[in-house]
Formats: sequence, structure tokens, C-alpha cells
Amino acid sequence: MEDVSAKFVSQKISRTRWRPLPAAALQPPDLFATGSWDNEDNRISIWSAGDLGNADLNGEYHGEPHLLCDIQHNGDVMDMQFLDQERIVVASSTGTVTIFRHHQNNQTLSANHRWEKAHYHVDQDTSCGGAACTGVVCNNPEIVTVGEDGRINLFRADQKDAVRTIDNADSSTLHAVTFLRTTEILTVNSIGQLKIWDLRQQRNEPSQIFSLAGDRVPLHCVDRHPNQQHIVATGGQDGMLSIWDIRQGTMPVSLLNAHEAEMWEVHFHPSDPDHLFTCSEDGSLWHWDTSTNVSEKPSFLHQGGRSTAYLSHSTINQSVVSAWLSNDPTKDRMEITNLIPNQTLSVNSLDVLGPCLVYGTDAEAIYVNRQLFA
Amino acid sequence: MDESDTEPPLVVVPGADPSARQLCFAWGPAEVLVCETLFGRAGGSRSRAGAAARALTGSVAGTGEGAPSSSLVFVVRRDQDIYIQTLRKLFNESHGIFMGLQRSEEELAGKSRKAQLVQVSKNYRSVIRACMEDMHQAAVSTRDPALQGQYSTQVSILSAMELIWNLCEILFVEAAAAGPLLLRLLDWVRLHVCDVDSMVREVLSSESPSKHKLFWNVVDVFVLQGRMDEARHLLSKEASANPTSMNMYKILDDLMKKMPVPSLGNSQTLTELELKWQHWHEECQRYLQDGTFASNPHMESICKILLGDEDAILEKKELMTTWYHFLVTRLLYSHPTVKPLELRFYAQSSMDLFLGGESSPEPLDMILMAAFEFEMHQVIKECSIVLSNWWFVAHLTDLLDHCKLLQSHNLYFGSNMREFLLLEYASGLFSHHSLWQLGVDYFDHCPEYGRVYLELHIERIPLSTEQKALKVLRICEQRQMHEQVRSICKIMAMKALRNNRLGSALSWSIRAKDAAFATLISDRFLKDYCERGCFSDLDLIDNLGPSMLLSDRLTFLGKYREFHRLYGEKRFPEAARLLLTLMTAHIAPCSFWMTLLTDALPLLEQKEVIFSAEQTYELMRCLEDLTAGNPDKQKFQDDDVETTKVEMLRLALARNLARVIVKEGTVEGS
Repeated sequence: MEDVSAKFVSQKISRTRWRPLPAAALQPPDLFATGSWDNEDNRISIWSAGDLGNADLNGEYHGEPHLLCDIQHNGDVMDMQFLDQERIVVASSTGTVTIFRHHQNNQTLSANHRWEKAHYHVDQDTSCGGAACTGVVCNNPEIVTVGEDGRINLFRADQKDAVRTIDNADSSTLHAVTFLRTTEILTVNSIGQLKIWDLRQQRNEPSQIFSLAGDRVPLHCVDRHPNQQHIVATGGQDGMLSIWDIRQGTMPVSLLNAHEAEMWEVHFHPSDPDHLFTCSEDGSLWHWDTSTNVSEKPSFLHQGGRSTAYLSHSTINQSVVSAWLSNDPTKDRMEITNLIPNQTLSVNSLDVLGPCLVYGTDAEAIYVNRQLFA
Repeated sequence: MDESDTEPPLVVVPGADPSARQLCFAWGPAEVLVCETLFGRAGGSRSRAGAAARALTGSVAGTGEGAPSSSLVFVVRRDQDIYIQTLRKLFNESHGIFMGLQRSEEELAGKSRKAQLVQVSKNYRSVIRACMEDMHQAAVSTRDPALQGQYSTQVSILSAMELIWNLCEILFVEAAAAGPLLLRLLDWVRLHVCDVDSMVREVLSSESPSKHKLFWNVVDVFVLQGRMDEARHLLSKEASANPTSMNMYKILDDLMKKMPVPSLGNSQTLTELELKWQHWHEECQRYLQDGTFASNPHMESICKILLGDEDAILEKKELMTTWYHFLVTRLLYSHPTVKPLELRFYAQSSMDLFLGGESSPEPLDMILMAAFEFEMHQVIKECSIVLSNWWFVAHLTDLLDHCKLLQSHNLYFGSNMREFLLLEYASGLFSHHSLWQLGVDYFDHCPEYGRVYLELHIERIPLSTEQKALKVLRICEQRQMHEQVRSICKIMAMKALRNNRLGSALSWSIRAKDAAFATLISDRFLKDYCERGCFSDLDLIDNLGPSMLLSDRLTFLGKYREFHRLYGEKRFPEAARLLLTLMTAHIAPCSFWMTLLTDALPLLEQKEVIFSAEQTYELMRCLEDLTAGNPDKQKFQDDDVETTKVEMLRLALARNLARVIVKEGTVEGS
């Protein structure tokens, strides 16, 4: 039986994020943050995933998530990410980017730093209005944000002003951003393009543009394979999952029919990238599993009888062509499960870390699944 | 349903003073705007001001502050419960149950269908209970007395809702038959009469319960609620402390043990039960007449209760607290095989006896009474009047409708009652800044007016971000609401245009397939180009694809940009051909021809000949069309630059023609 606990929180959830674990940690993640949208009073909240101390003999955890602390946030939370163990970067629909600090000793949240109107419109009457900041990505201490104004900002957590701003980087709305390498970022926009930007170059042009053929379906989310950096997954307005190989071509390697409506987030599992998770406006959350055929692969790749299953698994992963890039549809190598059968309202966000999954919905509920691979 | 209701409560709008000035109002989808007029109070205007308030059961939601009162506009909302934070859980969770119920096909017949509906009903109740608990927690943890009062009120409202729902579940959804009916009612009473629970706990947790001063009260409570085993357990303690009256206890214990109760299974028929019961009743009677319990008034009264003696039961009024408890106890000990349709008589007399003319029945009593009388519509009507939200009646009515209990009933307005109540509830949700998404699904399940309501409401959702717009758009697209899709895209395109985001604006108008707007934006692009000499938003224009065909101007924009690209890539012959086609096929607007001809100039001046003779003639014709076709010759003559341009073009064309004749002649000649 799946161990999912739910909690209704009286606010529509736009983002859920696990707090990253310290490098040497072995225990599963215990804290996560959520952000709300479309409320008169939006909030950033920190939750404890449930009573970890009270695991019973079967290792099952009980208890629903409970609120540790929260703080008011101006505007919808459009995106957020943990900068480190204590700090969260939050993108607002007002165009402001804020770093919140979570004080763990007294369980409070406070605004640590704020870039007002990092994203803005210059309208015809020359007055400045904030434009929604739609995406944020951090690689401590660097923070990159993108927005509806087509602007890309590069901040450093310790500096007051933006390190670099690319005005008019995109003529349409930028929906999401992620790091490709430490100096390169990937953005997706509302006309179906995936762009690579090299932040070392002073030119305000993308170094490469990939695009969907034909219908210019807007792309809403992007994630990069954690080990094989050339593999990129994006999710579009039509619910289609696209896998791109940025070493070659300008078109996606494979297009996988997925959800019936906007795909809001896509995430490779950070330590087990054969697994991918997507969630959508249609109220479903899918688990894509390409690991099922690992055992069928030639055994000479094993490093010897003594290596653990997990190790041999990861070596295979790096030695052969990734299952994500094989565009052979005849082989039934991908196992797809919908983790939410009867949800009707949008699942706006998900995050995976270790064996744990957290997701939040427009039905004002957050769900924690602690045994993803059970 | 009868025409007139009781006079609805008057709503006082704080800050407004109807005695000094006349109020005016305007209806909104779910709110009313009220403001004070300049007109003083005149006789007879009372009814008008009252009308605004009468239709409302809500409170004032927002006012300005500090300004003189005549400049205030009040927003009076109808469904105030929608705005209670804790209740959002109720709305969201019950939305899921509601959707499940709509999805559940009616293929299941008979028993399993009924079991399914009862389960749905129980789910609804458990949501109410969970919400009640949260509310209770909130009341306990808050320190603000006003807030605390508010929470406690909500708790009592929720508990009343659950009480009513549970009774409806027993009588209507499950439609328990004689026998099981009584057991269900007993459960109902035990679940809801919890005032005595604390007393029971206190006595049970004391060192020697039998010495406690409330001991007999607790025993009575158990007996009144038919909790025989618990009562016997307590009595045995007392018995062991009182060896002298051991015999008496044994007899009473035996009577209580032997009491026949209806069973849930079909193991015994009603007649069997009645026979057994009759026998047991006579035995009790005998002991009472013997004077077996005469030495102990407590035990004597218990024996009387077992015999269903109304006076004896009524003596314990304080322990029962409500007339419906009295009713159920009375049924238990005098009519255990009561049939559903007989309930009404016992209910009415129980209420009369219990209240004894001292107090008049409250709304809750009237609702329960209506339920006992199987007047479903009366229940729903009373609830609609009394409760401050539509949630309860909308969901209950929907459930009853799924039980096929309301089909014969039609309203004299709108469609049927289920739909009417659902529409009201969903409209309330739509007036909320963030619960509107739930409302959509409710509208979907109103076959007659749902769509119209949705169309009207969805257009009024404020679109603060693109993401929200996309969500609203998805709702409209899924329901083929083309008009609304167009309108939303247009709003977003206008916003983008105002923010100088031409690329975004174009994307939105392409999505809406709005040709006129695409033309407008293309013109802006071209104008920008003429002013600056370079294109903005190349990434978009280069990737128009098939959407380029949306409007002529957009096609021209795309093609014109293609010309520039070809030119940039030094593919001159192709560029020249394209340029000429743009003019001859009338893709380019006339106002732009001059620019195009000017663009041809460098091509004409290239070292190698690019335009063929035929193409050159075409170009010349275009130029002449332009200068001749323009009746406003004044413009050209005044404008030196324009004249020079034309002259230069003519010269270049002539030279090109000369070169091409030579070249073509040579090629053919060789």
C-alpha cells in the first residue's frame, strides 16, 4: 500500500520544494517549503513532513505534514528554490525576487534580501509596472531569474544589484529556467523554443536555439538530466513531454504523449535519473520509469559480483546510451504510472528527493509520498 | 414550494446610514454594491433600501476608511461563509467527493448502489467533522475573544449541519426499515448528544465510581441511550459494594441483559422480535408491581424507564438535553419496531411533551421535525433560510437527487431544485478570489443553466498573470467556449501591447486566431522597422510557421523578414524574386511599397545583374503605379527626399535594364 499523507491547507499551492539534504545525510528529507498563489494573502510555509521519529517497526511513517512556520508573501508565488539549507529564493508575480531565511532554532521565516521589480514592463506611458517573474534557479551563490518581460537576471546572493541583466532576451514570455552547466543556462518560452545562454559571453544573444517543429506549442517547464548534461526534458502546453539531446540537431529527440493539459513541472529524480516525474493541469502526476529493462542489458557491464545493485545500476547508466535517448518506440521499455488516479484540479508542482515525493494542488492540498520506490 | 417565506433578516451595512440618506445599489454576480446617494431621506423610500438588504444574508466585506460617508461604496456579499479560511478545507475536500459522486455511474443496482450512496454521505459527514475539529482547535488556540466567539459559532453551525445530515442519511439515503431504523437512530443520538460525555468520563475516572455523587446519573445516561452493557458494568460495581441488595441488582441486571433488540441481519423477523419484546415487557411489569425495586428509588426509576414510562423518562430531561433524544429513548422502550412513516407522530408528541410549552421550537428543531415527517423539501428550504452558506443545501440536495428522491419536484423558477442550489453555491465560489476553480466543476454538472453561468462568470476572473490566464483559458478551451477564449486572449494581447511586448501580444492573438489584432500588431512591427531600420523580436518572426497565414499583414511581415534573411545570406536572386512577389501579388500594403522599392535599390546596384528584364519592367510598373496611383501628388513634390528617391530608383532601374538587355542579349547570342 502506498504511504501517502495529505493535508488540506486552505490555500492554492503553486510550488513545493524539499529542503536539500546535507551532503553526507543518509536519512530521507524531512522538511519542505510551499508557496501559494491566487490568494488575497499569499504565504511561504515551511512544513515538517510528518513524525520521522515515530516510524513504527515496519518503517512506516505516520502523521500528516504539519506547519512549522510561515510568512506573508507579496503576490503569487511563481517559483521558488532552496539556495542552501536555510535560504529560499522566491519569485513573485509582482516581479520581485526575495530570499527568505528559515531560522531553524526558533522556527521562524524572515525576508533576508529582496530585489524589488527585478522584472518589469516599460509601458507606453514610461511608467514602470512589475512583470511576473516566472522562473528562478539557483546554484549557490548565483541566482538566475526569468520573467514575463522576457528578461534574464543574474544575481548573486550577497550582492545588492544584479550582476547581469539581459533585457529583451526573449520576445515572448520565458516560462522556466535551469542551469545546464555552471555558466550556461537553459530557458523555455511561450513559442516552443529552448534556448541556451552562455553567461560568460557579453553578447545578449542565446548561443543556441532549439525549437519544436510546427505548432510552436508553448513550453512550460524544463529539467536537465543530473548526470548526462546533454539530456534535457521539457513539458509543453499540450501536455507533451519532449526529450532533447542538445549535442545534436535543433529538434527534440523524442516527443512523448503525456498529459491532457499543460505540463507544469518536470523533474528527473536527482539521484536515480532513470525516473522522471511530471505533473499537469489535468490533475495527474506521472512517474516515468526507464529502469525496468536494466536487467536485460549485457552483464559484462557489471563491475564484478561484489558491487551493490545500486552501483552497477549507475555504471550501466553511464556506459550505454541513456534510455531516454533511445527513440525506439517498438520496445516497451518505459513504464508509466499515474500516481493520482482521481484528482480533478491541477497539480501545480512536485519535487522528488530520495524516496520522497511532495506535490501541491489547486484543490488546496499537499501530499507527501515517502515510499516512492516501494 | 409555497410562495412566501418568512421575512428575511435585515442586513445592517456598517458605516451606511439609511436613516439620513437614501441608499442605492447595483446587483453583481454574487455581491451587491451599495452606496449612499445625495438624496435625503424621504417617506416611502424604506422599501427600496430594504430590498437591497433583504436578499442578502451576508455581511459587509470591505469599506473604505476615513473618507466622508457619502463617498463610500460598500460591497455587500451574500455567502459570507465562503470567506472563512478554515471552511476552505470543507469546500475543497467536498468538491472531490462531489465529483466522485457525479462520476459514479448508476449502473450499480439496488443494494450496492445504496451502499455506495451511503458511503458518499458518510464521506461528506467526515469532512464536516474534520472541519469541526479544526475549527475547535482554532477556537481553543486563539487568544482573541472576538475570534474565539466566531470560531465557536462556526463549530456549533457545523455540528448542527452534521446532525441534520446524519438524520437525513438514516431516513432518506439509507432509508432504514423498521428494526434497523431504531438502531441507527440510537447511534445518531449517541454520536450527537455529547454534553453528558464529560460527566461520564469524570465518574468513570474517579477512584470508586459507585461512591461518586453523579453515579446514578451516569447509569441513567447509559440506560437512556440504550447502552446496556456499559450500564450493567457500572451496576455490577455498585452491587459488589452493596451485598445486601445483591438480589435486586441481579434481577435488574438480568432484565437489562434479556432486553430484546432489533438485529441488523435478517436473522429474526419483526413479529418474532415483537413477541419476545412483549414477553420481556410483561416480566418488567411484574417486577415493578411486585415492589422488587421499591427499596431503591434509582433502580425503580430505571425499571420504569425500561417499561417506557413517559413520566419516568421525562424526569431525566436534564440528562437527555434534547427532545430528539427523548424521542429515541421513548421509541426504544415503547415502540422498538417503529416504522419510518410512524415516526412523525412520535416526533411531534415527543417535542410537545419535552418542551412542555415552556419554550418554542428553534429552527434546528423545525428542521429535524421536517425530516422526521419525511418532508425533504421542507428540510432543504428551512436549511437554506437558516444556514449562512449554500454549501450544505447544495450538496445534500445533490445527494438526495442521486438517490432519486427529488425527481418529481419542479420549481416555478429556473430549472430543478438541485440545479438551482448548485448554481447558487457555485456563484458564491466564483465571487471568491481563489475558490473560483472549484465553481467550474459545479457549473459543469448543472445541465440547464450551468454553461451560461460559467460563461458569464469566467469572463470576470481577473487575469493577474499569464499563468492564471492560461488556467482560465484551459477551462474555456475544454468546454469549447470560443467566445470566451477570444476575449481572454484579446485581453492578454492588449495587456502585452500596452507593455510594449509585441512578441507576446502576437503570440496571444495567434492563439486566439484573431486576424484583426494580428494585423494591428504586424503594423506595429513594420512601423518600428521603418523607424529603427531593424527588426525587434526576430526569434518570434523567424518562427511563425503556419500561423503566418492568420492575417495578410502577418504573412507580409514574415515574408518581408524572410527577404531580409535571404539578403543577409547574400542569396540575392531569391531575395529579389521574393521582393517582387510581395508587390505583384499584393501581399505588401501599398503604403509599404516605397520601402520595398528602396530595398530593391542595393540589389539593382550590385555588380552582377540580379533582376531580369522582365522583373525590371515589373519593378518599373510598380513604381509608376505608386507615383501615378497616388492622387496626392503634392506630397511627392513637396518632399525633396521622396522625389530624389523616385529619381534615383528610376535611374537605377534604367541602368539595370540596360545592363540586363546587354547581358541577356549576350547570353542568348553566345
